[in-house]
Amino acid sequence: MNILQQISDQIDLGDDEKVYELTTTAIEQKIPVKQILDEGLLQGMNIVGRKFKEHEIFLPEVLMAAKAMNAGMELVKPLLLSGNVPMKARVVIGTVRGDLHDIGKNLVGVMLKGAGFEIIDLGNDVTPERFIETAKAEGAQFIGMSALLTTTMPVMKEVVDRIRSENLEDKIRTLIGGAAVSKGYAEEIGATAYCYDGSNAIDYLNSVI
Amino acid sequence: MGIRPVIYFLENNLIEKILSEARDLLCKLGITLHNREVLELLSGYGATIDQDKYHVLFTNDIIDKALGSTPASFKLYDVLGNETHDFSGTNSYFTPGSAAINILDNRTNEIRKPNTADYIHFSKLMSGLKYIASTSTAFIPADVPGKISDSYRLYLSLLYCEKPVVTGAFTIEGFEIMKDLQLAIRGTKEALVAKPLTIFSCCPTSPLKFSDVTSQNVVDCARFGIPVEFISMPLSGFMAPVTLVGSLIQHTAETISGIVISQLTNPGTPVLYGGSPAIFDMRYETTPMGAIETMMIDCAYNEIGKFLNIPTQAYISLSDAKSLDAQAGLESSMGATLAVLSGINNISGPGMLDFESCQSLQKLVLDNEICGMTLRMARGIEPKEDFPSIPLFQELLKEKHLLISKHTRKYIREEHYFPGRIINRANLSRWKEEGELSLTARANQEIERLLKEYQPSRLPEDSIKELTRRMEDEARLHGMDKLPG
Repeated sequence: MNILQQISDQIDLGDDEKVYELTTTAIEQKIPVKQILDEGLLQGMNIVGRKFKEHEIFLPEVLMAAKAMNAGMELVKPLLLSGNVPMKARVVIGTVRGDLHDIGKNLVGVMLKGAGFEIIDLGNDVTPERFIETAKAEGAQFIGMSALLTTTMPVMKEVVDRIRSENLEDKIRTLIGGAAVSKGYAEEIGATAYCYDGSNAIDYLNSVI
Repeated sequence: MGIRPVIYFLENNLIEKILSEARDLLCKLGITLHNREVLELLSGYGATIDQDKYHVLFTNDIIDKALGSTPASFKLYDVLGNETHDFSGTNSYFTPGSAAINILDNRTNEIRKPNTADYIHFSKLMSGLKYIASTSTAFIPADVPGKISDSYRLYLSLLYCEKPVVTGAFTIEGFEIMKDLQLAIRGTKEALVAKPLTIFSCCPTSPLKFSDVTSQNVVDCARFGIPVEFISMPLSGFMAPVTLVGSLIQHTAETISGIVISQLTNPGTPVLYGGSPAIFDMRYETTPMGAIETMMIDCAYNEIGKFLNIPTQAYISLSDAKSLDAQAGLESSMGATLAVLSGINNISGPGMLDFESCQSLQKLVLDNEICGMTLRMARGIEPKEDFPSIPLFQELLKEKHLLISKHTRKYIREEHYFPGRIINRANLSRWKEEGELSLTARANQEIERLLKEYQPSRLPEDSIKELTRRMEDEARLHGMDKLPG
């Protein structure tokens, strides 16, 4: 069997050790790194994503697959960077200032990472300045903000407003999520998108990059 | 092992009193029994018979003899011969409500007479419904002559679904072909006795009466070792005492009468101590199957059956609603929950609306989930690598979650029941994005999915040919040259 197909299959099975071994072999065989990424690692995660949507597998299997994908990414990432091959996208995520609820944000982070996005997780209680400065410094294209409390939701608006006032709208797009917010709220504050869960965030990002 | 949760409505001394009263009824008041052959049979064992009035007075000896030979358990097998049911202890299995005269059309939401195409849809759907272990001859196709409507349902069930069938004959003659259809699959009578494929519902007529057809069906089933479920139907306040205990006495007497006929014909014939009692609603002149008292009578007579060491059946987990509405859900789930908690062995009802007269495919797919949930509940709560708990909590505190813990992955599917898409567990935004589908719309989607995924029965070609030949011969006898569809 084609080694890229094997990588994809082992991601589907959530076996990080096998994915690591196979990715090493693929690199040794001089298979172009972009091809290893697209036809091996991401292909495996696409299958996993489809199965998750069809309820064939559940979150634990998705996260095991994501762990396996990351094992391969560890090897591939330096080569991508040195070869100037672009990663899918870089996303800064965090729970907004005043809010310590980070379970949902963590889950979204793990899932996005598994789907091939580069994640910079700022944790919780993150100020608007920190979101924006990190995004600028790291060259992130997206900021993902989470809030559970209605009292902390307005911080999202502060971030959106600052991005607008700094004329960064074309460079940094804002995603919001969490129990307190909604599609309507995203529209109201001018955020780029509202994502209701991890897979929805993956779908959104894949649709715009 | 954890505790298999079980509830009780009766204390043993009350069960003994009810049984004693039922015996008195049978020995002192007797029953009416419109079948000469059975009257002769009973007479031979010492019962007092009045041939002119078709009346019989039982003796305690006859009752003891019958109860003494009734099996404490039996098994069922699918058309391929695989074991599917072990009717013993508190093992619970679901089967669709049977013999409806109407269906709720899932495309038009109209209640109408069903036809062959509807029956095939039903049978295909039943193939895919994981938590309903047997199929039933759930409704009566109106596009074949009435005289073959009982056997034709069985024929279609055996052809399109591999599961064993809960069925019944409408006439004395109907039994012959229905038995022959089973022989077409099993090959010989001995093979059929060794691996029962169907259960025949045999219904006493309340109060305290056995018709010629029911009596003969019980005898014929016994001769072929075909399991029978007795469906006594006292109507509290109308054709039975208004009190639940009074109704139970009558139910006990009627059911024991059936057991006597069966066991004296062929000792050891498998039977289910079943029924379909109901209270009588004095406002609407109806027999609500969704009434809580109806369900209480069901659960209680199940306890009497278990006291006698006989596996049980009940028409419970169905609804009197006319569509897939909240009433349908609440009555069905309340019944299914009580039935499983009582350990009723064969639970009849899924799919049924409108006082057992309307089958609904939409409701059937919803009920499949109710069955799945209640069967999960029956497995109870049991420790699984939970002691000592500190290592797992150390892992939780370290990793911040247990989503990919080995413990989670090992037990997730065992510990948590995951319903199909008909049960909506999406958050509000996702539900909206996915089209704000109503329960009915989700049920229709599930029906379409299951029909699309249907895999034809693996019944061997020879059996299919033989089954069809026998059914076609029978149809010709009743003026139908070609079977529909």
